[in-house]
Amino acid sequence: MGKNIIEKIWDKHVVYQEEGKPDLLYIDLHLIHEVTSPQAFEGLRMNGRKVRRPDLSFATMDHNVPTKNLPTITDPIARNQIETLAKNAEEFGVELAGMGHPDQGIVHVIGPELGLTQPGKTIVCGDSHTSTHGAFGAIAFGIGTSEVEHVLSTQTLWQNKPKTMEIRVEGELPVGVAAKDIILAIIAKFGIGVGTGHIVEFTGDAIHQLSMEERMTICNMSIEAGAKAGLISPDQTTVDYIRGRRYAPKGEQFEEATAYWLSLASDEDATYDTVRIIQAADIEPIVTWGTNPSMGSGVSSHVPTQADYADESDKAALRKALAYMGLEEGQPLTSIDIQHVFIGSCTNSRISDLRAAAAVINGRKVHDNVTAIVVPGSHTTKLQAEAEGLDKIFTAAGFEWRESGCSMCLAMNDDVVPAGERCASTSNRNFEGRQGAGARTHLVSPAMAAAAAIAGHFVDVREFVKETV
Amino acid sequence: MEPINIVNSVITPLDRKNVDTDQIISKEFLKRIERTGFGQYLFYHWRFDAEGNEIQDFVLNKPEFKESKILVAQDNFGCGSSREHAPWAILDYGFTVVIAPSFADIFHNNCYKNGILPIKLTEAECDEILAKGLATPYTVEVNLAAQTVTGEDGQVYHFMIDPYYKETLLNGWDEIALTFKYEEQIAAYEAQRIAF
Repeated sequence: MGKNIIEKIWDKHVVYQEEGKPDLLYIDLHLIHEVTSPQAFEGLRMNGRKVRRPDLSFATMDHNVPTKNLPTITDPIARNQIETLAKNAEEFGVELAGMGHPDQGIVHVIGPELGLTQPGKTIVCGDSHTSTHGAFGAIAFGIGTSEVEHVLSTQTLWQNKPKTMEIRVEGELPVGVAAKDIILAIIAKFGIGVGTGHIVEFTGDAIHQLSMEERMTICNMSIEAGAKAGLISPDQTTVDYIRGRRYAPKGEQFEEATAYWLSLASDEDATYDTVRIIQAADIEPIVTWGTNPSMGSGVSSHVPTQADYADESDKAALRKALAYMGLEEGQPLTSIDIQHVFIGSCTNSRISDLRAAAAVINGRKVHDNVTAIVVPGSHTTKLQAEAEGLDKIFTAAGFEWRESGCSMCLAMNDDVVPAGERCASTSNRNFEGRQGAGARTHLVSPAMAAAAAIAGHFVDVREFVKETV
Repeated sequence: MEPINIVNSVITPLDRKNVDTDQIISKEFLKRIERTGFGQYLFYHWRFDAEGNEIQDFVLNKPEFKESKILVAQDNFGCGSSREHAPWAILDYGFTVVIAPSFADIFHNNCYKNGILPIKLTEAECDEILAKGLATPYTVEVNLAAQTVTGEDGQVYHFMIDPYYKETLLNGWDEIALTFKYEEQIAAYEAQRIAF
């Protein structure tokens, strides 16, 4: 019987196995940022331990960094965290792309950009969206700070082997539907707990027709389906993306690596503990209306009503979510006015996301009632966008063009949505208070966000692009 | 970390599903570089209004639950962000046991690393305990060695736990020190690992 990619990678990384214990798993790449690492480095210091493999570790600053008026950080506690990472990286010999460094950016954007992210690797980071790197056919998952310390000290983790799940997206994706819509549709259909205890492989024609950046958007939000990790078997698209990147293998070694990477793809007769199937043709642009990522619907529909749910706890969850969001049952999604637009985050801040958003603008202006910001995922992405003239398109339309970082996705820096106001956001979480205390988040694709910025409310981007100025 | 075995306490019934770690500890409190001091911020925006006054309706603010060590909630507790500040806040506030029908994976792991016992009971059992705890303060005794939760009414609930994590919690072991015993295996793996 064939093996799926999850089993193949897992088995190659088991350092030690014993009945009644989790597997001791080797970690090939450890990505580090300022928020979840200080206590881990402090633990090393207190116990007189060192970083076992600085060469397999890479750090950046993203969560706290300001996106304007660099290099000033007005918040002294945030500044302390930033400075602490700089000191730790130096003391322990870890390579750092800190504030102002040309490679700085959101950790899940720069890993792939630099070629650090490769098929077959085990990749961890103290951040749940580490699943992003699964797009390359890697087992990549978020860990807590104690585990960060464990990896720094030993380059391993004790892990119970998760179950495997296939989520197959069959058929062709309709025109005007984005990768973001696929993953939001999956979560809406199967729920935010569907992947708990599993690593998910996304399969099907609709998935393998996607670019690497689109695949990253899908895998990024695996965690929003509760999955330990999400990945996609490597194919030629994967190989073509990696070739020539700074940390990618070169020359003959690249050919050797390619053969190995492609051999990791799930075998045709591979099986999974669970299989879920969704038809691409049924997916339309999604807008979330609630307070978790499964609370989303097609833009042409409406906010659900209690009658749509059988279970009393679901009805209660709907009431609670709508009370927080300030929405009415049955309200059309296109009737929801917004005051903020955020284009950015590890979900949707790559060059293709910025191009997709810019393409919608077509000479139009951001609505008078809307404040819109674009935050590129990395400094490199920012420079590329500027070389393509995208910054000019955004600023001419009235968007603010910022420096890279996590920004308004979790609002740890100054980029905060005020209480009671609404944001069309290309990020990954619409939890209560995520973008600021009392702020109301609606998750959408970059194109949908740009269209909403111009209209002042949600619109079906498929119709919107047809309209003339 | 502190070993844990028997915990006797009134339960705090948090009758919600999908409690995410953004609610457990909001991002504005993640900037500290210590592991301690997060308890004051636990469920901050559910406990306090915009002026910083306690919201009386919220279960943690009720006087009968102020000394509770056991939190009971619904499905998918701890979903979302990997922030270990969430279990740090729970522990620092005074909870050492969380009971729910299911936990998000990262949060579940993070509990074990900090001496918090996450107990999975069935949805029906959690519903029952929540109902009892909401009606009148309900005290239970958690016994990790026996893998039981025993109510003051004599009701016994059994739970499963991974034997490895059970031992770690009972002994309060430092996992890193344990792993160092496998140095030879790690070195042997590194000598033959595939790397490009």
